[in-house]
Amino acid sequence: MQKVVEMKGITKVFPGVKANDDVNFELLKGEIHVLLGENGAGKTTLMNILYGLYQPDAGEIYVNGQKVNIKSPGDAIKLGIGMVHQHFMLVHNFTVAENIVLGSEPKKGIKIDMQKAIKDTKELADRYGFKIDPNAVIEDITVGQQQKVEILKALYRGADILILDEPTAVLTPQEIEELGVILKNLVKEGKSIILITHKLKEVMAMSDRVTIVRRGKVIDTVYTKDTNIDELAEMMVGRKVNLVVQKDEAKPGKVVLKVENISALDHRKLPALKGVNLEVRAGEIVGIAGVDGNGQTELIEVITGLRKPTEGRVYINDKDVTGKTPRDIIEAGVGHIPEDRHKRGLVLKYSLYENAVLGNHYKLPFAKGIMMNYNKIKEYARKLIDEFDVRTPNEEVFASALSGGNQQKFIAAREINKDPELIIAAQPTRGIDVGAIEYIHKRLVEERDKGRAILLVSLELDEILALSDRIAVIYDGQIVDILDAKSATEHELGILMAGGTLKKQA
Amino acid sequence: MANGSIPVVVALLAATFRLATPLIFAALGGVISERSGVVNIGLEGIMIVGAFFAVYGSSLTGNPWVGLLFAVVSGALVAAIHAVLSIHLKADQTVSGVAINLFAGALTSFLIFKLFGRQGQTDGVAALPYPTETMAKIPVIGPFLAELNWFVFMAIILVFVVHYVLYYTPLGLRIRAVGEHPKAADTLGINVYKIRYLCVIMSGVFAGLGGATLSIGVMNLFREGMVSGRGFIALAAMIFGNWKPFGATAASFLFAFAQAFEILAQKFGWALPTEAYLAFPYILTMLALAGFVGKTTPPAADGVPYNKGER
Ligand SMILES: Nc1ncnc2c1ncn2[C@@H]1O[C@H](COP(=O)(O)OP(=O)(O)OP(=O)(O)O)[C@@H](O)[C@H]1O
Ligand SMILES: [Mg+2]
Repeated sequence: MQKVVEMKGITKVFPGVKANDDVNFELLKGEIHVLLGENGAGKTTLMNILYGLYQPDAGEIYVNGQKVNIKSPGDAIKLGIGMVHQHFMLVHNFTVAENIVLGSEPKKGIKIDMQKAIKDTKELADRYGFKIDPNAVIEDITVGQQQKVEILKALYRGADILILDEPTAVLTPQEIEELGVILKNLVKEGKSIILITHKLKEVMAMSDRVTIVRRGKVIDTVYTKDTNIDELAEMMVGRKVNLVVQKDEAKPGKVVLKVENISALDHRKLPALKGVNLEVRAGEIVGIAGVDGNGQTELIEVITGLRKPTEGRVYINDKDVTGKTPRDIIEAGVGHIPEDRHKRGLVLKYSLYENAVLGNHYKLPFAKGIMMNYNKIKEYARKLIDEFDVRTPNEEVFASALSGGNQQKFIAAREINKDPELIIAAQPTRGIDVGAIEYIHKRLVEERDKGRAILLVSLELDEILALSDRIAVIYDGQIVDILDAKSATEHELGILMAGGTLKKQA
Repeated sequence: MANGSIPVVVALLAATFRLATPLIFAALGGVISERSGVVNIGLEGIMIVGAFFAVYGSSLTGNPWVGLLFAVVSGALVAAIHAVLSIHLKADQTVSGVAINLFAGALTSFLIFKLFGRQGQTDGVAALPYPTETMAKIPVIGPFLAELNWFVFMAIILVFVVHYVLYYTPLGLRIRAVGEHPKAADTLGINVYKIRYLCVIMSGVFAGLGGATLSIGVMNLFREGMVSGRGFIALAAMIFGNWKPFGATAASFLFAFAQAFEILAQKFGWALPTEAYLAFPYILTMLALAGFVGKTTPPAADGVPYNKGER
């Protein structure tokens, strides 16, 4: 088979880390090749080098047998390389069509042919079975849809070599399955695909070969058909990973969170929540299952004080906190791992230690009067980094320098360590490697056993089923049913999430 | 130029157009630069430089059109300094702008002395000719047109041109993308630095034109202090106009109306100190900004240098 990409001896050093250390990687024509590795192993860095965003410190790149010097993404695009980035590269106030054609706009005279752009977008979306409105503005659509826009962007440029950096992190199981079919079709069209993902099931289902990286070095390249999930996990983390969550029966206590008949509008002023009722008790994990965009985001925003409800009340420990400020709500004992780590979780251009105390920054021991105590703050940051194994050279670097998964681990560390009575965990393991998922899941269960109330929102049914004690299904802004997690099945949840009812089925 | 024989309304309207013109040029310059993500508070200084060189070009050759060319080129050059400082060297854009404003004042007073051998103001030169008589003969709007100058027409045409380029051409889409999310533009093969250089230099061209309006459009000489804060008022107009060409133009008209009104109102003989009239346009500017800032949204990456290879 022909090698479409060959990377030889690639080394890339950042201050304090060797992100890639003499890496060899090759992609064959028509294969789906997974890059697998822990958070911070250097996957994104390697792909950014191939795409011309970073320049390697050493090493050579060959594309279709030709030695190339990729100095910018423009060069990569000319070589037929397309990349879907781990963190969205979308202009939030542009429409879908504008984002897709940006940089290679269809023209009529000197004008952009917007009609054609919209038509092309529509056709492309239809061809791959994406339901997307070309005229929708990015900030109005769900993250899942934004992900599809990113994929369409690469396809629009006619990429033959497609790099997908965690494209499935924000997709629902159905969407992931659809993506799998799309990828197979792309391969049939003669395209070659590099896929980065932490979801081992996907790796097994979608790929032909897997290259495993650990701490910047390639460990091995194996054929998917010759391996299995446990082996992959072990190769990647360097130890055996327990993929099943261990937990005992929950011992629910008093009601910590009570949501009463909440209605709210989304940012477009359309009704997003239509009378939601929900209770979470101390010592239990309640999972919210649902297809992205059915009101999960708004529900969390209402509870955390980021959005005002039009109706209804929120109680924390019997205290009415409806419409209170986020600070009041944090003080009432709420920790929040937000679904969008860049928008809500971190100040990217702050150091890690500053990020470590966000939300607690004004309290002892971090602040005394108007003075910050940076020694204590840094010490605390080091503790978080240690405990959650956040891979970073030190606590002084900007949060933006961390790999995506390590940013996520850091936020989880901060919020769990606030020792709140209620933890709201929205996609807590988005983009995290199996080793770290194991740890965060373990910690959440421990917090539960300590008597904390936990509200888990996840698009991953596996995660919901593994962690929850009770599962609330949200559909079209309403909680349509609450199931006992012990007896609930993926099939039942699927029906409810799609707007069906179980009574009729039975 | 104030003509006693025309009705007050026409005089007021024409004065508004004349006074709006330099503001429109500079505000458009601001829109172009900031839409690409570079704050340019050096507009004031660039106007000063443009105003001076317009006069110098006209005095050298006797041809005011050459003066216009001098204004444009000098504006572009000064803006290019700002571009190098803020795009390449990633200097603080506000500091660089302030430096340009200070530098422009000093440079022009020095050059007045050096090139014209005088202090405070230059000799009179040929101003841009305008066919007042012919215009006056046009039915109905003649008296109004007669009160204008070519710069007014140029400014209004450029508003449409800038709007068209920003919202209907590939270049405009790229400029706006670079100002909102430069990294996203970069990943699509758009050269962020190139676009920003282009936009900052164009903002210099526009501000240079704004300066020339004052020196060879309305008057026929350059005097120290003649720009008197118009570059800053133009920035206010840009903000007030939500970084949009038409919005900035409307705001420029509003501020210009306040100035025109001030000049005319002094003749009304109300029992107010003259300072009150003089303060009027500035008070209006402040009120407008106080009421609207926060309701308008700057481009997301406005003022943030772009670092390739950083994340
Ligand atoms: N621009 C940068 N500046 C400083 N350090 C960086 C930069 N980019 C990456 N790094 C560091 O390089 C290492 C590898 O990061 P990379 O993003 O490639 O990891 P990854 O394998 O993609 O991880 P994840 O699965 O979490 O996305 C990390 O330690 C990260 O902190
Ligand atoms: Mg990554």
